[in-house]
Amino acid sequence: MNRRIYLSPVGNVVEETLTVTARFISEMFGFDAVRHTSFPEPDFAFDVRRGQYSSTLILQNLTKVCPPDAVRFLAMTEADLFIPMVTFVFGQAQLSGKVALVSLARLSQDFYGLPGNNDLKIHRAWKEVAHELGHTFGLVHCRDRSCIMSLSTEILQIDLKSEDFCQGCWAILSEELAAQNVAFRRGHLEMRNKVVETPR
Amino acid sequence: MKMQWEILVVDDEEVMRESLVAWLREDGYGVDSAASGRDAIERAREKDYAIYFIDLKMPGGIDGIETMMEVKKIRPEASIIIITAYATVDTAISAMKEGAQEYIVKPCNPKEISILVERIINVKNLQLENTILRQKLAKRYSFRDIISKNPKMQDIFELVKEISSLKSTVLVQGESGTGKELIARAVHYSGDRASKPFVSVSCAALAETLLESELFGHEKGAFTGAVAQKKGKFELADGGTIFLDEIGDISPKLQMDLLRVIQERTFYRVGGTEELTVDVRVIAATNRNLAEAVAAGTFRDDLYYRLNVINIQIPPLRERREDIPLLVRSFMDRLSHELGKETDDITKSGLKLLIDYSWPGNVRELENAIERAMVTCKTRVLTDEDFAFLEQNGSRKQAWNVPDNLPLQEVEKRVIVATIKRTGGNIKEAASVLGIDRSTLYDKIRKYEIER
Ligand SMILES: Nc1ncnc2c1ncn2[C@@H]1O[C@H](COP(=O)(O)OP(=O)(O)OP(=O)(O)O)[C@@H](O)[C@H]1O
Ligand SMILES: [Mg+2]
Ligand SMILES: [Zn+2]
Ligand SMILES: [Zn+2]
Repeated sequence: MNRRIYLSPVGNVVEETLTVTARFISEMFGFDAVRHTSFPEPDFAFDVRRGQYSSTLILQNLTKVCPPDAVRFLAMTEADLFIPMVTFVFGQAQLSGKVALVSLARLSQDFYGLPGNNDLKIHRAWKEVAHELGHTFGLVHCRDRSCIMSLSTEILQIDLKSEDFCQGCWAILSEELAAQNVAFRRGHLEMRNKVVETPR
Repeated sequence: MKMQWEILVVDDEEVMRESLVAWLREDGYGVDSAASGRDAIERAREKDYAIYFIDLKMPGGIDGIETMMEVKKIRPEASIIIITAYATVDTAISAMKEGAQEYIVKPCNPKEISILVERIINVKNLQLENTILRQKLAKRYSFRDIISKNPKMQDIFELVKEISSLKSTVLVQGESGTGKELIARAVHYSGDRASKPFVSVSCAALAETLLESELFGHEKGAFTGAVAQKKGKFELADGGTIFLDEIGDISPKLQMDLLRVIQERTFYRVGGTEELTVDVRVIAATNRNLAEAVAAGTFRDDLYYRLNVINIQIPPLRERREDIPLLVRSFMDRLSHELGKETDDITKSGLKLLIDYSWPGNVRELENAIERAMVTCKTRVLTDEDFAFLEQNGSRKQAWNVPDNLPLQEVEKRVIVATIKRTGGNIKEAASVLGIDRSTLYDKIRKYEIER
């Protein structure tokens, strides 16, 4: 089967985070998600003035190395990302494209001066992964605050939204998935509901 | 139905441009980008973007402010958001004086952009709904461009429909500016004469002999200046309708001539011997009380009865104040296009002021007031202050000191002189402001020997 979602770390990312996320993606989207090549720290994208990494530049680079057989190509990084307009981004994706990038920097409790909680961090990461992959499948921000496609601009909003697509977004997504993955579709969609368990 | 609003991002720096475009697309908007001011102006010509994000600093070519000004010329409705860095915030603030709606300092908090765009779009959606709603309302309450929800006016609309294809004479009565000519036109254009001419003659404007030749035409040499044969308005209106405005002002001789045309459909050109026959529907209008004129012996009763076969009495605006908001909206919609102004709303208290005002010049005065206010208004919304001039002209509030030993006639003269001066010599407007008809004003001008 050559229809896969590839998952790569950019710079150092805890291996376990990658493994559980790959499983999460498989369950959520119904594709095989596989651990792909590790990429070095994205020094080329570092902006000295801002002390952050340019999300756009990293995404551009990833596009160049996207495996040809990838349905989607997702990268995770500990680097704190920005785009010029705003102070930071949790992640960035190509709308209806192949490549998505999620930053773990601001998903960690440490960032906010709180005691670390790795499960919470992973749980947040999954929401962001699903959100950014949703964009690659053409979904735009959803008004439903509990929908995973709603825009989160602060960590609280991520925690408040569910890890699921609302009915409307799910309908659009499943059409997209069906178009990509016909054989897999029905059975998967039926068993999909709420299979994702929150790690505690 | 929600409109799909489009956004244009203008920035010479690629990463900046592309990342903002991506951000806005993820937010669900249709977004294009332009890499220079020139490119942006080109795109503004091709497409109607609701919002423009324009970077203030674009080296080489035209900068953000210039781009904004050009875009504003092409798309005055568009909202412009200037993108600036901390160093140039001052410039961005001054850009707001030139018409930028907002500015954002980069880098900003991520939620700012989405909130800002959403706020602008919400306003635009609301405006769109308002316009659609207003158009619907206007349609519902209008009959051939005559707007009214007043029951008496609605009855008039019904009557007009019923009588439009008859041949009977119609007498339209009402104060100056109530819409008499509009009703006359509605009668004509709703009926089976609609494809034939509607010819309007103002009987107050001309001296007796001139009016006579105006109505009936003249033969060559009929009087000094009659260098060629000329067709009169009755001939020009053949098959259609003649509208005799301010019929109350015509001389006894003309009253007789008119009676003859109405009764027999025949007349002679001035200086002519050939009897001409026409098929013309007569609609007459006056702001005088013709019944009183008949009683006073200044208007022929037989002509009065001939004219008054169908009578339409238009109530003054102060007796149908419920129409004022509808009229205000309709005039604003039309005038904002004609004047090329963005002004498209009025404050509650502004509207209240208009509803409370006495409107001696009726709808025409209201129309003029809106135009005057819109011409001077510097913002999107009309307020009480834009109608300050009404307080002066109107009979409201302002106490004035009565000078000692002033004969009433002198008071009248002074008021007339002042009013004519204020209307810039426009007699029609002056008459409407003074609440008298034009012919009365002419009489008084002659009587007091007022220069114009
Ligand atoms: N109900 C109405 N809806 C919209 N516009 C109106 C209405 N009534 C009057 N108007 C406008 O007001 C102005 C005056 O109307 P019109 O000339 O028909 O009045 P009039 O009674 O003939 O005035 P006058 O006695 O001064 O000749 C016109 O511009 C007309 O379009
Ligand atoms: Mg008139
Ligand atoms: Zn998003
Ligand atoms: Zn949704």
